[in-house]
Amino acid sequence: MNAMFELCISTLTQGFIYALLSYGVYITYKILDFPDLTVDGSFPLGAAVGALLLVNGTNPYLTLLAALAVGAVAGFVTGFIHVKLGVRDLLAGIITMTGLFSINLQIAGSNLAVERSIDTIFTSGPIMAVMGNSSLIYRKFVVALVLAIVVKLVLDWYLKTKNGLLLRAVGDNATLVTTLAKDKGTVKIIGLVIANALVSLCGAVVCQEQRSFFSTMGTGQVVFGLAAVIIGTTLFRKMSVVKATTAVMIGSIFYKVCIQVAISLGLPSNLMKLATAVLFLLILVLGNKRKGGAEHA
Amino acid sequence: MLELKQIRKVYNPGTVTEMCLFDNFNLTVNDGEFVSIVGSNGSGKTSMLNIICGSIPIEGGQVLIGGKDISKMKDFQRYRSIGRVYQNPSMGTCPNLTMLENMSLADNKGKRFGLGFGVNKARESYYKEQLSILGLGLEDKMDVKLGALSGGQRQAAALIMSTLTPIEFLILDEHTAALDPKTAEVIMELTHKVVEEKKLTAMMVTHNLRYAVEYGTRLIMMDKGGIVMDKGGMEKEHTKVEDILDVFTSISIECGN
Repeated sequence: MNAMFELCISTLTQGFIYALLSYGVYITYKILDFPDLTVDGSFPLGAAVGALLLVNGTNPYLTLLAALAVGAVAGFVTGFIHVKLGVRDLLAGIITMTGLFSINLQIAGSNLAVERSIDTIFTSGPIMAVMGNSSLIYRKFVVALVLAIVVKLVLDWYLKTKNGLLLRAVGDNATLVTTLAKDKGTVKIIGLVIANALVSLCGAVVCQEQRSFFSTMGTGQVVFGLAAVIIGTTLFRKMSVVKATTAVMIGSIFYKVCIQVAISLGLPSNLMKLATAVLFLLILVLGNKRKGGAEHA
Repeated sequence: MLELKQIRKVYNPGTVTEMCLFDNFNLTVNDGEFVSIVGSNGSGKTSMLNIICGSIPIEGGQVLIGGKDISKMKDFQRYRSIGRVYQNPSMGTCPNLTMLENMSLADNKGKRFGLGFGVNKARESYYKEQLSILGLGLEDKMDVKLGALSGGQRQAAALIMSTLTPIEFLILDEHTAALDPKTAEVIMELTHKVVEEKKLTAMMVTHNLRYAVEYGTRLIMMDKGGIVMDKGGMEKEHTKVEDILDVFTSISIECGN
């Protein structure tokens, strides 16, 4: 029973950590209407930079700031390629993602372990002051929960500012942004910068949580993010009281729970990506069905 | 004052489908004029508006506003002094934002879009007052997403939004064409009111010859990238729909339409 409870806690922890990535995908996919594949590169980028800084003795919280910064640069590169060089959105993301794979290898090699002796955000700083006596699994849960909520609140605030309003407008009707005498390209770049900063932050937190970086850890992250966003926004379509960011956070948890259930039922890890793909397809089809149903009603 | 000088516009240059629309096209619009522009499809009406707004590039010539050459300016830079309402009602508003958010965006045109609060509640009564000019009850729909409104309501909102901040020019690109006759009539009447009240210089492309005759202070008919009729002042006052219809028909027959 205790093992079961701990499994639930660690699954929820995963959901909260990956909510950070889902917020990023929410910005590009839902707000900007930009299918951004940079995610598969900016996620491990955050992890690589985080891992390298950690093993070199940097404060674990500072590594998170560094991850935000490098993710922002990755988003800027995709935005620049798309807006200034006129490359299609999907291809711009693929180009950055592909380039980042080599860059990540340069930064941290094909894998980099963070030794037990090195402190992470889960074993140092404020969490030790508050919950120093609790076991690691609960500390991870609380840190992940706090991160997911703080970032959500900051994002909610940003989307209500003038700049955030303009960001929402550009995905809704780019022509209007132009007639408001604003460069829609710049607004798109800002959106990509914020989104990939969050994705990279998520990579750094994951790296601290599992104490390792793998060059392949980015594969499929964009699909996860899209699934979380689509599950969340579909589930809460009718409830306007639930903010989209909250819906996305719940989507992320829901998805992690589904995967954990599949593993518990004995799904071989080799079939993981196939299960992910099938689950994603199911969500898309069911989401469309509900939409169609609503239109015919 | 708006001046188009020796404009040259070629579509698909260097290909077999190359088509020269404007070659040495000139037009001057004085401050306070409300110009109605008519002409058959392909005569260059919308292209002219797009050239003024910088939506399409030109091969030669100059666009001047108040004597200042804006030909090198990007489209979004030109919109600092230009407001525009499109034929498609969904082009002028954001469907997923509420009326209040849409109005707040429009209200901030020309200012910095920084990290201040996006919706200014203190301005809400001003927005309501502006929307109530329309007489469509839109002032009671401040929290409704624009996507939930009808085309006519959205176009009315777009008209108010495009003229909410001080602008020098209002560009109306067949802005009643997608509306039913009654709504079109309402929007046209509102346009007249807004242009009068805010003392705007306006250019309106329309296929409705009656609107072109009834509204505005000057009437221009275009054909094949040139101006074939230009009536202002008293001459415009005495122009009847039949007069321009005759010219219009003769042009159309030449084209084989």
